[in-house]
Amino acid sequence: MIVSELQLALPEIFIAAMACVVLIADLFVSDERRGLTHSLALLVLAFAGIITLRLMMPVGETVTAFSETFVRDRFGDILKLFAYLVLIGVFVYAKHFLRMAGLYKGEFYSLSLFALLGVMIMISASSLLTVYLGLELLALSSYALVALNRDSARGAEAAMKYFILGSLASGILLFGMSLIYGATGSLALSEIAGALGQAASGDALLAFGLVFLVVGIAFKLGAVPFHMWLPDVYHGAPVAVTLLIASLPKIGYLALAIRLLADGMGPMHEDWQAMLAVLAALSLVLGNVVAIAQSNIKRMLAYSTISHVGFILLGLLAASPAGYAAATFYTLVYALMSAGAFAMIILLSANGIEAENLDDFKGLNARSPWFALMMLMLMFSLAGIPVFVGFFAKWQVIAAAIDAGFTGLAILAVVTAVIGAFYYLRVVKLMYFDEPENTTPVTAPFDFQTVLSINGLAMLGLGLFSGGLISLCISAFS
Amino acid sequence: MLTLAHFLTLGAILFSIGVAGIFLNRKNIIILLMSIELMLLAVNMNFIAFSRFLDNMDGQIFVFFILTVAAAEAAIGLAILVVLFRNRQTINVEDIEELRG
Repeated sequence: MIVSELQLALPEIFIAAMACVVLIADLFVSDERRGLTHSLALLVLAFAGIITLRLMMPVGETVTAFSETFVRDRFGDILKLFAYLVLIGVFVYAKHFLRMAGLYKGEFYSLSLFALLGVMIMISASSLLTVYLGLELLALSSYALVALNRDSARGAEAAMKYFILGSLASGILLFGMSLIYGATGSLALSEIAGALGQAASGDALLAFGLVFLVVGIAFKLGAVPFHMWLPDVYHGAPVAVTLLIASLPKIGYLALAIRLLADGMGPMHEDWQAMLAVLAALSLVLGNVVAIAQSNIKRMLAYSTISHVGFILLGLLAASPAGYAAATFYTLVYALMSAGAFAMIILLSANGIEAENLDDFKGLNARSPWFALMMLMLMFSLAGIPVFVGFFAKWQVIAAAIDAGFTGLAILAVVTAVIGAFYYLRVVKLMYFDEPENTTPVTAPFDFQTVLSINGLAMLGLGLFSGGLISLCISAFS
Repeated sequence: MLTLAHFLTLGAILFSIGVAGIFLNRKNIIILLMSIELMLLAVNMNFIAFSRFLDNMDGQIFVFFILTVAAAEAAIGLAILVVLFRNRQTINVEDIEELRG
């Protein structure tokens, strides 16, 4: 019995053990041979992927373990596989920058693996306790990562802001959890859903608990009006860390929202749908409008993240399997797009100085036509231009929102997406129609170039063959 | 006789003081850390009160985990504070405003 339960959590146990191994092994690796830590971390992710694939849950099957605190289902397995994939990309991209900036240390790898473990625990959580533990493991690792560059005043300031607002969000979420525990008498999400089905509607404790829960989730996702930490953290963190916190945690927070709202608070969906609708509308408008005013590309991408969070919420608030599948598809695609976009900043950075201004992209076509093309694909995909995968992601969430009766919100989403296309296309204009200020050729290691090319081409490839990924996401909720 | 409502009111007051401390404090970052700690302790108060009055142990287990995580959180918070002070020579909230826009 215990053995079979442990086997269900094998990917988590493996990552937990190997994160400790990476942490200790790195002590015995000299600075010149840091590549060993890098390779070990990549191997760990590849093995975790194999383990998860071999234990992949069949469609529609759900198993719980450890007194209903842990759940394995197809939704979780798909998210975990993507989390490994994203982190492999992040490691390859980050290595190039960390070496340039003199930050190439083992801590980056062990902290990232612990962050991944937090994401995985959140994905597989089926009790308020496990949700909280996974969330904190991810959050604590990310705070430390943002402060990775000890000598950067900007990094320390960003880490402090992230820490204060992140802890505030955790506290608010936790307060909501305590009220829901009090109203339902259980921590297990399935029992909470069961108790809600019988509870008299209009219970003040439940209503307060739900509000706190939604505010906590919105803080973590960075939805307006709880977004103020996001641009500062993206701006202040070293770009290799921004790349990580812009991609991997989004997968975890999607799982957080689906587990808490759909699995736990499902019977109260009419209440949280209205709250998410307000958050989505504000995020779509503010994210897209303020991004236009930015001249720093890290801040621009931060505001673009806020608008993409609006789209993810649009899928969630449909409160139907199709809506959740659309939100999942959007999140996975978004994680790949934002990883690629931040990798482009790393590509243009030289001597550890981040190419964080939009002007750094001027005339990229003259310096490197191939990578200008990759950036064009990433920007077109983020903007949601047809044929590229970002278009299909937007299409899915908007269709789900219309099916759920949120037609007004869907129209707003389309309008703001058109406004948003402006600042993505501005980058394309800078690359192709402006003269370069700096004519040094773009150079990067072979592995970096390969992964970035695959990432860029995937925007087109996944767009042309989007059916496969969409049906995979739909199978997660059937 | 103390009822559940008394404990919940105390928890809510402590939580509000914590949140207010974060938003109103303009002086010192250490006070922010104390406010965060107070919020978590208010949640603990809620969990223990519910656990006692529902006659269910789960809430008390949760409190142990919150205490542990709060300790780890304080450690990370203070570590970041040290890094910030080394770079800035100040922990005044109003001076921490390089990132704006």
